[in-house]
Amino acid sequence: MTEAQKVDLTKVMPYGDTLNDGVMQLSFTLPVPYGDEAKEAARQIVLKMGFEEASVVYAHDLGVEYTYFIMYAKTRQTVDFTSIEVPKVDVEVMEKEDIENFIKENIKRNIVVVGACTGTDAHTVGIDAIMNMKGYAGHYGLERYEGIEAYNLGSQVPNEELVAKAIELNADAILVSQVVTQKEVHIPNLTELVELLEAEGIRDKVVLVCGGPRITYELAKELGYDAGFGSGSYAEDVATFIVNEIVKRNLINK
Amino acid sequence: MGKLNLDVEKINKSRQSAKNIADEVQKFIDQHTTVATERTVVRLLGVDGVDEIGKPLPNVVVDNIKEGGGLQRGAAYWMGNAIANLQITPQEIAEKISKGELDITRLPAKDEGKIKEEIYKIAKESVEKIKNVRKTREHFLNTLGEGPKPYLYVIVATGNIYEDIIQAKAAAKQGADVIAVIRTTGQSLLDYVPYGATTEGFGGTYATQENFRLMRRALDEVGEEIGRYIRLTNYCSGLCMPEIAAMGAVERLDMMLNDALYGILFRDINMQRTLIDQFFSRVINGFAGIIINTGEDNYLTTDDAVEAAHTVLASQFINEQFALKAGLKEEQMGLGHAFEMDPSLEDGFLLELAQAEMAREIFPNAPLKYMPPTKFMTGNIFKGHVQNAMFNMVSIMTNQGIQLLGMLTEAIHTPHLHDRYLSIENAKYIFNNARHLSEEIEFKENGRIQQRASEVLDKACDLLAQIEKEGLFQTIEQGKFGGVKRMRDGGKGLDGVCKKDSGYFNPFIELMLGGDK
Repeated sequence: MTEAQKVDLTKVMPYGDTLNDGVMQLSFTLPVPYGDEAKEAARQIVLKMGFEEASVVYAHDLGVEYTYFIMYAKTRQTVDFTSIEVPKVDVEVMEKEDIENFIKENIKRNIVVVGACTGTDAHTVGIDAIMNMKGYAGHYGLERYEGIEAYNLGSQVPNEELVAKAIELNADAILVSQVVTQKEVHIPNLTELVELLEAEGIRDKVVLVCGGPRITYELAKELGYDAGFGSGSYAEDVATFIVNEIVKRNLINK
Repeated sequence: MGKLNLDVEKINKSRQSAKNIADEVQKFIDQHTTVATERTVVRLLGVDGVDEIGKPLPNVVVDNIKEGGGLQRGAAYWMGNAIANLQITPQEIAEKISKGELDITRLPAKDEGKIKEEIYKIAKESVEKIKNVRKTREHFLNTLGEGPKPYLYVIVATGNIYEDIIQAKAAAKQGADVIAVIRTTGQSLLDYVPYGATTEGFGGTYATQENFRLMRRALDEVGEEIGRYIRLTNYCSGLCMPEIAAMGAVERLDMMLNDALYGILFRDINMQRTLIDQFFSRVINGFAGIIINTGEDNYLTTDDAVEAAHTVLASQFINEQFALKAGLKEEQMGLGHAFEMDPSLEDGFLLELAQAEMAREIFPNAPLKYMPPTKFMTGNIFKGHVQNAMFNMVSIMTNQGIQLLGMLTEAIHTPHLHDRYLSIENAKYIFNNARHLSEEIEFKENGRIQQRASEVLDKACDLLAQIEKEGLFQTIEQGKFGGVKRMRDGGKGLDGVCKKDSGYFNPFIELMLGGDK
C-alpha cells in the first residue's frame, strides 16, 4: 500500500475521495424539455465551463419544458493557496465584558449604534441576532451591552429613514443587514446608503458596517463600507470592530 | 380529550376570555369607519379604473367625500344621494368627480329611503356576483377535485406577473395545491391599490385586480390540465385590507393572509385603523368562501419559539373570535403557527409536536396554516432540507391543513424554480409515506409532550385573562405579542379613521353577514 499523497498548497484542487481528483457537485436548471437531449445539453454546458468527465446523475422534468440536473464533474484547475490574501477585519475579537471595559476606559461615554434591515428586505434574522437583547446561539446582542445604546429599526427601512435616524440620534455606528435579496438588489441599495451619508456630510463621522449571508468583507470595502460580516458573525465580532474603529479614527469627541 | 389530555376547562376559559376581548374591540370597531373601508364600498358598487395621473377612482371618490367633511356618513350614503340626484351609475359619478365636474357632498340631500333603495339595488347585484364566484369555485372543487390535506402551499415572488405565472404553473405541475403571489415590498403601506398588470416589483409582485385575474386564469388552465383545482392566495393586509378582499372576492382568490395583529406589529400600521379594516375584510372573505390565514407564526421569528409559544395560542384564540364575528366559518380559519425552534435544542421535535397537536385539538375544524423553519436556516441547504423534512413530519403526524413549504435555500434568495420542486418532492414523499401515522399514535400519559402542551395552554389561559382585564390595545402597547411594542395612536394610517354619525350605513356588511349564503 502506498502512502497517502501530501497536499501541495501551491496547487490545490477540489477533493472528492482522492487527493487531486478535482470532483465537484453541481445542480442547475435548463429551460429545455426533459429528455436525452436535455441531459446532453447539461453535459455540454459543464464541459464548456472547463470541466472534464461531466456526468448527469439525476435529471427531472420540472413540468414547463424545463429540466433540473444534478451533476458531477472534474476540474483540472488549481489555486495557489499560499498566495491567497483575503482582506478581513484585522482585530482580535473581544468578549462582551472586555468590550464593555474597552468602552469605559477608552471611549468614556456610551456609544450609539443604529441598525436596520434596509430596502426591500423583510428578513430581520440577521440584524436581530446582532442587536437584540437575546442575541443568537448564546451570544448576547448589542442591546445587552453596557455602554452601547442600540436602536434596531427593523425591516424594510428606507435608506433615507435610516440616515435621518442616525443623524437624530447622533449615531457612532450604522449597521445594515441584507439577508434575502432578489436579483442582486442589495448592491444598489447598499451603494445608495453610502451616497446618502456622503451627501449629508456624515460618512466620515460614523462607522459603517454591513452584514448578511452574501456579504463579504471585501465586497463591503468595495461598496464603501468600513467592514462587512458574513454568516456566523456574532455581536462581539461587530462590537469589537466598532469600538476599535471609533478609537482608531478618533471619533470619540464628535 | 384527544391525545394530549388537555384541560377542557382551561380551553373553555381561554375561549371565553378571547370572546370578551373581541367583544370589547368590536364595540370600538362598530362606531368607526376608515377611508379604506369606504373605498371598498365604492369598489363593490362597481367603481374601477384610474384618473389621468393614475390615481384609482375609488380613492378619488372617497377623497372627495373626506374633503367635503362627509366621511362619517359613509360612501354608500353619498353615492346613493348622487344616484338619486343625477340618475347615473357609480362609475359615471366617479368619473365626473375625477374631472372636477362634481363635488359629491354638495348635491341636494334626497330622501333617505330613496337613497337606500338606489344603493341596495346595486349592492344586491354586487353581492350576487360574489356569490356566483363562490359557486364557480365549488363547481371546480366538485368536478376537478383537490389535493389531500395538508395542502402544499408555495410562493412565487418574481415581481413580474408573467414570470410568476410560469413559476406557478411549474409548481402546480410538480404537485403544489396553493400558489401565493408574494406582494412587492412596501405595498402594505400604500393607501391605494395599484392598477393594471405589473411587471416590476421587489421581493414580490403588486397585488392588482388585473394581476389577480391573470394568475387566476393561468391556474384554472393548469388545473384543468392536471385535473386538480389550484388555489390562489394573496395578501389581504396593510392599509388597503378590505379593498384587496373585495378584489379577491370578485377574481376568485381562495385564500388571503388576513391579520390585523400582523400589520400592527410587523408593519407598524395603526391598530385602530387596521382592526376596523380587518372587520369588513373578514366579512367579505367570509361571504366569498375565502380561507383566511393569520400571522401568529411571525411572533416566533422575533421572539423565542419555546418561550413565546403561549402567545401564539392566545392570539389564535383571539383571531378565532374576530373571525366568528365577521361570519367566517371554522373551516375558513387558517390559524397560523410555525416550526421555528432552535434545531440544536434537545427534544425540540417533541416540543414542536406538542405545539402542533395542541393547535389541532383546540381548533379541530380549522385548516391550520403551518409555517416552515426560517429563523434557523443557515445557508447549509442540505441541513435545511432535513429541517424541512422534520417540519413536514410534524405536520402529517398532527393533521395540519395548509403546509407552507420550507425552501432549502431560505435565507439565501427567493426560491429558484428547482428549489420549489425539491420542497414539493420532500413534502409529497413524507405526507404519502406517513399518511395515516396520526391515526396510529398516541402520546404517553403525562409524558414530555402532554406536559409541554398543558404548560403552554396554562400560560395562554393566564395571558388571555390578563388581556381581558387590560384590553387588547393596552396589551399591544406593552409589547406582549412578538416582543414588539406599538402605540394606540402610533403607526401609519390613523388619519384615515373616523367616527360614524347616526346616518351612516354600509349595505354590504348587512347583506353579507345576514343574507343568504
